[in-house]
Amino acid sequence: MKWSAVPLVAGRALQRHPMRTFLTALGIIIGVGAVITMVGLGQGARHEVEEQVNRLGQNVVLVFPGARQLGGVSIGGGQANTLTIEDALAIRDEIPEVVAASPEVRSQRVVVYGNRNWFTRIYGQSADYLQIRQWPMESGAMFTEEDVDRAALVAVVGQTIVDELFEGADPIGESIRVRGLPLTVIGVLAPKGMSLMGSVQDDIIVVPYTTAFQRISGRSHAMVINVQVYDQASMGIAQDKITDLLRERHRLAPHQENDFTVQTQEEVAQAATETSRIMTVLLASIAAISLFVGGIGIMNVMLVSVTERTREIGLRLSVGARGRDVLAQFLIEAVVLCLLGGIGGILLGLTSTNLIAAYAGWPALFSREAMVVAVSVSAAVGLFFGFYPAWKAARLDPIVALRRE
Amino acid sequence: MSHRLIELQGVTRVYRTEAIAVEALRGIDLSVDAGELMAIMGASGSGKSTLMNVLGCLDRPTTGSYHLGGRDVSALSKDELARIRNQTVGFVFQNFNLLPRTSARENVELPLLYTPEPLSWREIRARAREALEIVGLADRSHHTPAELSGGQQQRVAIARALVTRPRLLLADEPTGNLDSRTGLEVMDVIQRLNDDGLTVLMVTHEPDIATFASRTVVLRDGLVRADRRTRPRRAAHVLQDWQEDDDVVLPPELDEIGAADGAGPAAGVERTDEAEPTEVRA
Ligand SMILES: Nc1ncnc2c1ncn2[C@@H]1O[C@H](COP(=O)(O)OP(=O)(O)OP(=O)(O)O)[C@@H](O)[C@H]1O
Ligand SMILES: [Mg+2]
Repeated sequence: MKWSAVPLVAGRALQRHPMRTFLTALGIIIGVGAVITMVGLGQGARHEVEEQVNRLGQNVVLVFPGARQLGGVSIGGGQANTLTIEDALAIRDEIPEVVAASPEVRSQRVVVYGNRNWFTRIYGQSADYLQIRQWPMESGAMFTEEDVDRAALVAVVGQTIVDELFEGADPIGESIRVRGLPLTVIGVLAPKGMSLMGSVQDDIIVVPYTTAFQRISGRSHAMVINVQVYDQASMGIAQDKITDLLRERHRLAPHQENDFTVQTQEEVAQAATETSRIMTVLLASIAAISLFVGGIGIMNVMLVSVTERTREIGLRLSVGARGRDVLAQFLIEAVVLCLLGGIGGILLGLTSTNLIAAYAGWPALFSREAMVVAVSVSAAVGLFFGFYPAWKAARLDPIVALRRE
Repeated sequence: MSHRLIELQGVTRVYRTEAIAVEALRGIDLSVDAGELMAIMGASGSGKSTLMNVLGCLDRPTTGSYHLGGRDVSALSKDELARIRNQTVGFVFQNFNLLPRTSARENVELPLLYTPEPLSWREIRARAREALEIVGLADRSHHTPAELSGGQQQRVAIARALVTRPRLLLADEPTGNLDSRTGLEVMDVIQRLNDDGLTVLMVTHEPDIATFASRTVVLRDGLVRADRRTRPRRAAHVLQDWQEDDDVVLPPELDEIGAADGAGPAAGVERTDEAEPTEVRA
């Protein structure tokens, strides 16, 4: 058979019913678009979690409020009110292996400078937070213990804040306002890098935790306590000692469970990666269902097409086409239809990922693998759902087919 | 010195429907030599089309044997039958069976897409053109069937049957849907092909058309009832005579009808032109 004629014939058949072709492809477009968007968002979330965990710093132990939960990770965590500022101070002062401890509280707030404003995350931390995070300053200085003690209205800002609020100008000494509360910028954090996620990390303002607790968040308990241990070898002992100390401070009886969770950076990373992996798989499977539904649409339309074109099939058979030539013809037609949908789906996926990333502020990643997979899957959908109609066509008897109206 | 092309022995074909079995062919013995131009006649329902389908390898006999070019066809697989349909036999259907919305050229190219050895596009184009030239339609190659007259469509169908250069042309009522003048033109094409050595079997209802064949077989109730050889008339000669008679002017009353017809569409357009805006306004 002349193979180069097959896509031509397929293209012409699809052209003949442009609306039908478009609507059928739309099923695949939405399916592939959904897969790409979901995988992109899932991977973006995972990437951010990994980044967050990795930038925690060295020899870091995290103490979360509440009992051990699946992926007790900083994102969205810290619901229970069991960790106090005093707990953090006790960890720092009473455990010799601990170098620094910072009770963390986060708030999302609009920050105003002049006539510009910006929605960002405000972190309340201790003065040694940057040491725990191993995060250098770009200019200016971190606030001091003294600033913490008197809940000074000072702030250290990330690079994104400099870009967005100050349009790149030097912010040091300037005053920004958070819900009417004026904060003086005293330092700029070094940018975390050029990556997509870098800018997310740099979208941050750090203030003394006292200021955050009293003036900004309205909370009284820490969302997490960041603890730095003296060295890698002491991590295990430190964890045990923190646990003992907190059980004692919280007056837990031996039969009672911990009302907090102590995790090393590695444990957090594992749990977080696992959670986000599950989320990605979950999202992708939901999207895959829509791709499946799109495939059923393809099958339906191909069945209609075979019925409509029974005479054409009979004619092809009568001039020497073999069953397998007819099979190939209809299979390729289904695959072409699906590939059209696949390409449209990639465009839709990229657009919607971009939109969601831009407007909802979710991190998103465009993964090349996801696109390759999406296109291969749509071709496979074409083959799978196109097979039955094509097989039906190939089995036709030439005279019966020619006689059919 | 001609050799056997077709050899049928005791061929039957029984159609089984839920209720009854119809014996369309009840034991046909028939042999055809290469180079013959044979007409198959018979009443409606006598089994002519069924026989053609068997001969064209579109259908298989229920019992009996069919040798085509010395090969026993009844034993071949589906794919081998497809190959014979492609290479050895050209089939012209009663109702043309052209692909709609597809140009004459592409319709003619169709069998070439399924040759056992794929041809180059250049070869495919050249052969399609050659076949259209044979039937005198080279200048209509871009027209779709809807843009062709019945006779032209039938000639495209013949070109398609010829394009793989088969040894046998089977035509089921090739002139059945045509007026007698166009039918003659088609017969002329068929006779010239036969002159070049193509074996032709055609079904016809019209005794007139059968006179162009060198042999006529009559079927009745699925059996061969008569088989006679005659001296064929030449369609070209008949056409020539026709043309000479035809130079007559139309009788006046027909001429008037022609004029009225010519005025008809123009008047119609005027009327709709007036009617439409009124409707829109209302
Ligand atoms: N697919 C079929 N199923 C059942 N019976 C059939 C089928 N095709 C043909 N027949 C029967 O077989 C007989 C022969 O039919 P066939 O079409 O060969 O006749 P024919 O000689 O070509 O008639 P016509 O001149 O009207 O075309 C008829 O009685 C017809 O009803
Ligand atoms: Mg018939």
